[in-house]
Amino acid sequence: MSDFLLKVNVAKMHMVCVEGKVSPTELCRRCLNRIRKTRHLNAYITVTEELALKQAEEAEVRLLRGVGVLDGIPFAVKDNFCTENIRTTCASRMLRDYIPPYNATVVQRLLDQGAVLMGKTNMDEFAMGSGSTDGVFGPARNPWSYAAPYREQAGGAEEDSDWVIAGGSSGGSGASVTSLTSFLALGSDTGGSTRNPGALCGAVALKPTYGLLSRHGLIPLVNSMDVPGILTRSTSDAAIVLDVLQGRDLKDSTTVQSPTSHTGLTEDFDVRNLCVGIPEEYHAPGLSPETLAQWSRLADLLEGAGARVRRVSLPHTRHSIVCYHVLCCAEVASNMARFDGLEFGHRSTVDSSTEAMYAASRHEGFNDVVRGRILCGNFFLLKQNYERYFLKAQQVRRLIAEDFRRVFSAGVDVLLTPTTLSDATRYSHFIEEDNRTRSSQEDIFTQPANIAGLPAVSVPTALSSRGLPIGLQLIGPAFQDQKLLNVAHWIEQRMGFPSISNYELPNKREIDMEQTTTV
Amino acid sequence: MTQRRPETGRALVATGNMAACAVLGTAPPLHVNKLSCLFYRKVCDVHRHGVARRFRSTRVPDQELVGVVGLEVHAQIRSSTKLFSAAEVGFSAPPNSLVSFFDASLPGTLPVLNRRCVEAAVTTALALGCTVNRKSLFDRKHYFYADLPAGYQITQQRRAVAVDGRLVYSLLGGRKRSQVQTKTVRIKQIQLEQDSGKSLHDDQRCQTLIDLNRAGVGLMELVMEPDMSCGEEAAAAVRELQLILQALGTCQGNMSEGQLRVDANVSVHRPGEALGVRTEVKNINSARFLSRAIDYEIQRQIEALERGEAVQNETRMYDSKSGHTIPMRDKEGLQDYRFMPEPNLPPLVVYEDRRSVPEGAGPGAVVLEALRESLPELPSARRGRLVRSYGLLPEHSFTLVNEDGLMEYFEAVVKETRKEPRKVIGWVTNELLGHLKQHNLSVSDCPVPPSALAELLELQEAGHISTSVAKQVLQLMWMDPGKGAQEIVREQDLGLVCDSGDLQSVCQRVLDSNPDQVRALREGNKKVFNRLMGLVQKETKGRADPVLVRRILEDKTS
Repeated sequence: MSDFLLKVNVAKMHMVCVEGKVSPTELCRRCLNRIRKTRHLNAYITVTEELALKQAEEAEVRLLRGVGVLDGIPFAVKDNFCTENIRTTCASRMLRDYIPPYNATVVQRLLDQGAVLMGKTNMDEFAMGSGSTDGVFGPARNPWSYAAPYREQAGGAEEDSDWVIAGGSSGGSGASVTSLTSFLALGSDTGGSTRNPGALCGAVALKPTYGLLSRHGLIPLVNSMDVPGILTRSTSDAAIVLDVLQGRDLKDSTTVQSPTSHTGLTEDFDVRNLCVGIPEEYHAPGLSPETLAQWSRLADLLEGAGARVRRVSLPHTRHSIVCYHVLCCAEVASNMARFDGLEFGHRSTVDSSTEAMYAASRHEGFNDVVRGRILCGNFFLLKQNYERYFLKAQQVRRLIAEDFRRVFSAGVDVLLTPTTLSDATRYSHFIEEDNRTRSSQEDIFTQPANIAGLPAVSVPTALSSRGLPIGLQLIGPAFQDQKLLNVAHWIEQRMGFPSISNYELPNKREIDMEQTTTV
Repeated sequence: MTQRRPETGRALVATGNMAACAVLGTAPPLHVNKLSCLFYRKVCDVHRHGVARRFRSTRVPDQELVGVVGLEVHAQIRSSTKLFSAAEVGFSAPPNSLVSFFDASLPGTLPVLNRRCVEAAVTTALALGCTVNRKSLFDRKHYFYADLPAGYQITQQRRAVAVDGRLVYSLLGGRKRSQVQTKTVRIKQIQLEQDSGKSLHDDQRCQTLIDLNRAGVGLMELVMEPDMSCGEEAAAAVRELQLILQALGTCQGNMSEGQLRVDANVSVHRPGEALGVRTEVKNINSARFLSRAIDYEIQRQIEALERGEAVQNETRMYDSKSGHTIPMRDKEGLQDYRFMPEPNLPPLVVYEDRRSVPEGAGPGAVVLEALRESLPELPSARRGRLVRSYGLLPEHSFTLVNEDGLMEYFEAVVKETRKEPRKVIGWVTNELLGHLKQHNLSVSDCPVPPSALAELLELQEAGHISTSVAKQVLQLMWMDPGKGAQEIVREQDLGLVCDSGDLQSVCQRVLDSNPDQVRALREGNKKVFNRLMGLVQKETKGRADPVLVRRILEDKTS
């Protein structure tokens, strides 16, 4: 089996396995091997090699009984989903050695389908960031940094100096999917953390409707906005995973029964009945000409195929990022209160008093970004500030959601927007600005969907002139996730976005790896 | 268990025996639910001026200062599992053995509301005449404390499950303490919230041990308006609440086990003027201490004001040894709890009737109609029924209802005997209860079942034994459970002596040996007759038929 086979979709891979051409164990070994070859991407915090091989063996026995299409398929999980007996760090010193005693519901549902866990992926500490650059295990790198299109335009510069970010905060998951070390990955999406790396790494990234997927076992950032995200290499894969994960979970009281039981995609989806809204507020300052061009191209394509394309307005969207900041910090301050070093997590050796132990543990355990947000959040929640910040932000939140409702009830089926301002930034450039600035730039197009709880999907459309992926976003009405994926599927079929395996360079690092691992 | 904050030392999660011992060793000696009588031990006039009257000796100002008391009651919900988790609820389990992942606040865990706890709160609200909010909300209240693992408590700050109720309670007043006075205290609201864990401070080893068994247990917080004026009223109100909760089965109500915890807000003012600065008195674990703590605090505040000092708005702790309240150090700084809506719980919706439950709400919906229909007979209704049906005195109805199981016992006895209920009551509330108290037993542990007492009373009623012998027999039945009254009377030969010939000779002997008395009687001193009766009974060890003896003596002395 060659790595070339790794780029096929889940359904195809399943057939290959069922036909006996490749065994799940062989598939698993291949992916593990590739994880080793791409270690420089720093996509994984923990690789669960032994467990993966054991699960693959079990899948092999099961395959003949036909459990399901995900049986034996390798997947990766962002390191903020709890995994039983597998350390779950949130890329933080606070949880560096934390081993949860239970599986998150979404992880469990994948395991129940026979999917094989390859490992836990890199991220920004506690998912606070948009580059996967602010975790205690170092930044994740974008696989496209090492593919031919980018390397050629970089003109022979040193690989280690000009690599681009994977996006974040689920950068490790984005990198794992596009570098073909997993077929699907779980991310989390609070302000765009799944869609952002999806767009920058060239993956399909679905942020489902709030309440459709269980958050049980997802270590929270902002409970009222967090949603488990799905990263895949195709819309049909995303539909398969959504089908498995969605629906009521008794352990998460905010989940609802899924409106549709089967999310299989419609191959001949007709866009002539579709009304596509183009929100004018998304023509934001800083939008790159190339992304804008892709946006226009797709709008034209849809219109040409018979869809009605309309300019719409979401007037309160411009307040979204500030509103998000207040609500996010407030919930962060609250959610982080449990990390006191007592029951679990990092505990400082300072023990002069319980209070001193708390303070030292939290100071040592959290990075500046986390501590900064906790400080802001506690400020916003103070009795004298509550009305001015938190309540006000909640009111604005309702206005933003109302904007969306109004547009959708006026006949718009989906909104088409860019996912990010531009393609991926060089790491050296990215870190010139602080986390807060970068987050407000990077999340600008994505967090309104979180504020409103709506489903959104980022679809890769083309490579930029720098040889890096550009993604566009579709936002739909609540619980129209299926329809959204159908539109995304239609787009995907016409965009012909390439797999990274088409451009693989025999880079030196890989050759070294290959030699050491084959000895 | 001390409630103060750790001054030094680090907190640990307790696993060892030390914590277990400490948990078990903390039960105070007073079991309030075993107190059966009304609160009439102490002279406390129930009028608002009452408290001040007792301090009149100090100085009489234009108008006297009187106490104003409001209560905050935390009642642990009787439920097999916790408010938001499936962990079991238990009082004396080994430390940290009843802790779910959620209770330990492990990252990623979410609260799932326990319907049983909601029903308990709603049932309690209905019994107290509250308005049940169709929709109520949960909030997070933040503070760092070692036995609060999440760093916040889930409570209901913005909108509680129920509001605007009333608790009607009674006190016995009047010269003979037999006059029932009925009072009302308004219930401001009832809210659902989580209990915290327990901290055990080991000062010698500079450690704090944490037991999370209690963490997350469901509480109903009942906030009462400041409608009371002294400790006795507060204690009576709490006692009535305790009975109601026990009747409803929504809380076991044992104060010494912490199932019912009462904080008192106390202030003093002159009637008609604005309320004074209040203090909050905590750490009260019995109704008797509640009464004492409040009266001490009222007196302390009055004395402070009369000395020209101001009352500080502070939290004070009741020290049962000294009977004093003392300031709690840890509450010095003003806490900002940074309340925030709990994002992981949808609003709590309660439906009026089955029809209004929308499809998809599932069988887990909480329906008022159903809960209202299943409300049991409440203590006040029980007392009313006892007075009406059996012709009992009100104070007797209180005794019967206050002692768990005593009413049922009484009714069972009444059913099996021809004796009038009004004559049975004394046997139950004096003789039987006296024995129970003496042996520190509850009604359910009583060795003499109702049928046995009924049998005894039947013998007495039928004239087979005298009253004094009956008491004697009860004593014997107590010591020898299982033996019937008839059996004992036969074995011990305690039956009434009705043989006229035997009694004739006994009477003659008594008259012969007391010639002075006989003379006095003949001279018109009728009182002497009873003495002679008594002497005959003494001779026969109380077994002589008093009617017969009277007739014989009358014959012989006329």
